[in-house]
Amino acid sequence: MSSYKHLIVAALSLGAISVFTPLAAQCAAVPDSVTLNQNGTLYKPFDFNHAKHIQQLKECAGCHHHTTGTLVLDPDCARCHQNSSPTAVVSCKGCHSAQPFSPETLAEKHADKQRYHKDKMGLKGAMHQNCIGCHQKEGAGPVGCQECHTRTEAGEAFNSSSRLGAKPAHAKKH
Amino acid sequence: MKRRNFLKACLIGGTTIAMGKTNKGWASGSFEGYPESMGVLVDTTRCIGCRSCEAACNKEQKLPEPDTSFDDKSVFEEPRRPTAKAYTVVNQYEKEKPGGPVYRKVQCNHCNEPACLTSCFVNAYTKTKEGAVIYNSKVCVGCRNCMIACPFNVPGYDYESVTNPVIKKCILCYDTRLKVGKPPACVDICPQEALTFGHRADLIKIAHERIRSNPDRYLDHVYGEKEVGGTSWLYLSGTEFDKIGFDPSLSNDPIISNVKDFLGMVPMVLSIWPALFSGIHLLSKHESGGEGHDTESKEEEP
Repeated sequence: MSSYKHLIVAALSLGAISVFTPLAAQCAAVPDSVTLNQNGTLYKPFDFNHAKHIQQLKECAGCHHHTTGTLVLDPDCARCHQNSSPTAVVSCKGCHSAQPFSPETLAEKHADKQRYHKDKMGLKGAMHQNCIGCHQKEGAGPVGCQECHTRTEAGEAFNSSSRLGAKPAHAKKH
Repeated sequence: MKRRNFLKACLIGGTTIAMGKTNKGWASGSFEGYPESMGVLVDTTRCIGCRSCEAACNKEQKLPEPDTSFDDKSVFEEPRRPTAKAYTVVNQYEKEKPGGPVYRKVQCNHCNEPACLTSCFVNAYTKTKEGAVIYNSKVCVGCRNCMIACPFNVPGYDYESVTNPVIKKCILCYDTRLKVGKPPACVDICPQEALTFGHRADLIKIAHERIRSNPDRYLDHVYGEKEVGGTSWLYLSGTEFDKIGFDPSLSNDPIISNVKDFLGMVPMVLSIWPALFSGIHLLSKHESGGEGHDTESKEEEP
């Protein structure tokens, strides 16, 4: 847990030097567990073990890019964000939209010709790529759908053929 | 000599009609697609082969239930193509390679200048301003020219209905989603955001930007940007495109360019040839003199 304490100290000190004081309180509230997929219909919500990932990763920026007090690791991001102060919001949904392809978002993107981060991923894509990408790279952690998520009944119906062992597709039409 | 004048008139008239028609074809130039056309960028380096897109398409388009569940990974043993029961399929490539396997989603690519539309003589196909190539089963006569014309082997034919056999293919969820600005069902469900929906023009920029910022990850080519005159579905890959089921031999010219010179000749053939051959026939008859049919019939008559 030493790294965890270290993180809080770092976060608090950064918060203290920042003009934006409420940040300290936000950074300090590092949850041990985060419930994910709360609005999903095909998969049940599940608890992401945040504390365990902090212990194993040690670098917050490994998952939360330019946030939470760790320096930016990605050299591409560092070109602009080297001196960026920690952001107030650290959760994925703070930046990544749950509806990245809604007509409103697309119209806004299409109209704003100067927008730099045009290719910012949606929430679902960002989280899956973050999790699965790291699990694949590290050769540890689940990579299959149901290794993390448990399916709901609707999810089972959505994916499976209810005709397993029953009449074949062409017999149904007549 | 009325006959000679008539033939002359036929020739002149026919040529005028033919030239008028063909000039239009020859001067058509390149067509970049509708400016507001939407599209989907497929990043094959992101796809994990979960087949969610296949399941979502099945439900959205109310297709018959699959023979096996969408969890069944044994379907990857053989490459598949879209059918009347599955408008989209995911195939697996490079299984043995260290970086693999690579997955590639296949569906209608919604060409800017669709060959299916060109080949259809009853105008069953429409390219909408939103970019989707849609199909009207009411006028389709089931000739399946579109299946032969499609450079991507996409349209499927539903043989099972006796009374109304129809062509079936991806319509970019036009009726239920695209028309109201929503992304297709496959894009909505993709957990990895391997599918990016947006304006085609924006997607091309995004694709090149991904290549630029990750040159080791991607080949410097956006498949569908130029192929067969451009398609609404665009692909990025880290593996040579021919190794993941793409046809590298397709030219950048739309399929219609292969046939439009020929099609320009059709009115000419229809108008000039009958006159020309009638003329030749009549001339030969005239020159042959007494040995023609007329002489024979005269001989027989008395």
